[in-house]
Amino acid sequence: MKIGILLKQVPDTETRIKVKGDASGIETADIKFIINPYDEFAIEAAVKVKEANAGSEVIVFAAGPASVQIHMRTAMAMGADRGVNVDDPALAGADNLGYARALAAAVKAENLDLLFCGSRAIDDDMQSVGPMVAEILGWAAVQTAGAFELGADKKSATIKRKVAGGAVEVVEVVLPAIVGCDWKMNEPRFAPLPGIMKAKTKPLAVKKLADLGVDAGGMGGRVSYGAFALPAERGAVKMLKGEPADVAHQLVQALRNEAKVI
Amino acid sequence: MALSFEFTDEQNALRETARRYAQDVIVPVSHKYDESAEFPKAEIRKAWELGLMNECIPEANGGLGLGVVEMCILAEEIAAGCAGFWTSTGVNNLGLTPIVIAGSEELKKRILNPFVEEFRICAFCLTEPNAGSDAGGLSLTATRKGDGWVLNGAKQWITNGGVADVYTVFATADRAKKQKGIMAMVVEKGTPGLIIGKKEDKMGQRASDTRQLTFEDCFVPDKNVLAPEGKGFGLAMQTLDRTRPGVAAAACGISRTAMNHAVKYAKERVAFGAPIAAFQGIQFILADMAKDLEASRLLTYQAAWMIDQGKKASMQSSFAKCFATDACMRITTDAVQVYGGYGYTKEYPVEKLMRDAKLMQIYEGTNQIQRVVIAKELLA
Repeated sequence: MKIGILLKQVPDTETRIKVKGDASGIETADIKFIINPYDEFAIEAAVKVKEANAGSEVIVFAAGPASVQIHMRTAMAMGADRGVNVDDPALAGADNLGYARALAAAVKAENLDLLFCGSRAIDDDMQSVGPMVAEILGWAAVQTAGAFELGADKKSATIKRKVAGGAVEVVEVVLPAIVGCDWKMNEPRFAPLPGIMKAKTKPLAVKKLADLGVDAGGMGGRVSYGAFALPAERGAVKMLKGEPADVAHQLVQALRNEAKVI
Repeated sequence: MALSFEFTDEQNALRETARRYAQDVIVPVSHKYDESAEFPKAEIRKAWELGLMNECIPEANGGLGLGVVEMCILAEEIAAGCAGFWTSTGVNNLGLTPIVIAGSEELKKRILNPFVEEFRICAFCLTEPNAGSDAGGLSLTATRKGDGWVLNGAKQWITNGGVADVYTVFATADRAKKQKGIMAMVVEKGTPGLIIGKKEDKMGQRASDTRQLTFEDCFVPDKNVLAPEGKGFGLAMQTLDRTRPGVAAAACGISRTAMNHAVKYAKERVAFGAPIAAFQGIQFILADMAKDLEASRLLTYQAAWMIDQGKKASMQSSFAKCFATDACMRITTDAVQVYGGYGYTKEYPVEKLMRDAKLMQIYEGTNQIQRVVIAKELLA
């Protein structure tokens, strides 16, 4: 089987976000980027399918600047066989649909049987690129997958996903399809050292939009950003002191008179 | 233009794996093993599965053949999780290094390859009850018999002593010759006459398994000899020259963890109406920690880099080992000071670091021996 992964780099969860002086975006110079944590579940899911189906190949796809390639190498250290990085100046101004078009074209060129992605990215949390790629390719998309099982015919799959009230929805799809992996869908392996050394020499193709037959002109425009701002800082915490009954009384008074919530 | 303080992408990637292993596998259990002093076999096996051990095994024997810089990266990250863990994993590499340096092709294939294929543990047996810093004064005797040697005597403070599959042993074929009488050989687990002693009840690094070993008419065949009489002492020194920066790096890991705890606590702990981090008395302690840690890391990775470049680095290795481990003792002691009375209790993480740090100044050449090495070079 040919299995794909969509990978995105996002700021480390411990990053202190700073907004640019002109509010047009965030300062990225000092940010440490990591693999979108949800994408790690996608990598693990893809490698698991490969391991269970001899002769399979896993290809990792990413759109964006070359700095994403170290994260693609990590995916290769975890078991992906090769990578395709769509790196084009036109992507700098792209909106999510632009990225989806770039990725869909790269995916289409590989004739995949199956594609995994994180169900969301922890930076802008739009949860849109995976389903958009599916729409462009005419494939099924299943988001927030908690479990994946390949059909015996290898042309279908059964996916379980949590829905409201803790119920589990069981979805059967015909492949190729895109599976958006939910948090803790599996236990992503660490990149083992032998894998890291092997990943150095695995093929990583860099493609321009033109190489994929994508019109660089239509990358952005559907979404434009007005301004970025950080949330207001939290005010000082008020500590109540005294005996429990007294503190409870003070708390009720404060909630009623100061916070005006009861 | 050639000067660079940056690690390669691969080095950063292996640091990331080692860091995650430390955070996810070691940290949740480090206090449990500190208390029980059991050997964390399942967790150490996980380190082997991830390729975080035996980094010196050459590619020809199925290993990664990594350099000293990579060894230091692993040491720093694993010891940042728990120094006792690193002492266990690091000694595998220490015990295998003499085989990599001096083993015949047959011996390398027979001993090293299985360490890649399965989880195996190694021990490095140099120190004796009456020969520590004076490593030339060994009294474990090797007597010629048939196609091999018979060992009689004892070894002391042997890390992995009770759990090892392979022991790299230094012995003397002629005590009168001192250093020139020393030879080295490989002894496998279960060899008759190899007797495992009681486990030492240590102050710190309690997850590591430290034992006395006794050899009673223990026969070792010629095919297991690593270095003949006269070559053993040099092999021990060559080995320690390669691995010494790893001790410095492990000290950096312990120091980093102590500093991170101290910084976090200083921001949270309130006294006189302000976090104690607002007071200069605490700030200066924290600033000294950061300064000494940075200097330790620079010395450590400089020494490691020089060895990988094939340069003579005895002095730089000793600078690194001595400075980084002395700094580690200060930093961990000061971390306890920042925590005050809480720091002195086992409810908080810093007293363990202080106990663990002490050993760093003692093993793989005491810091007094390191100064002897430095002075000798300086006055040569």
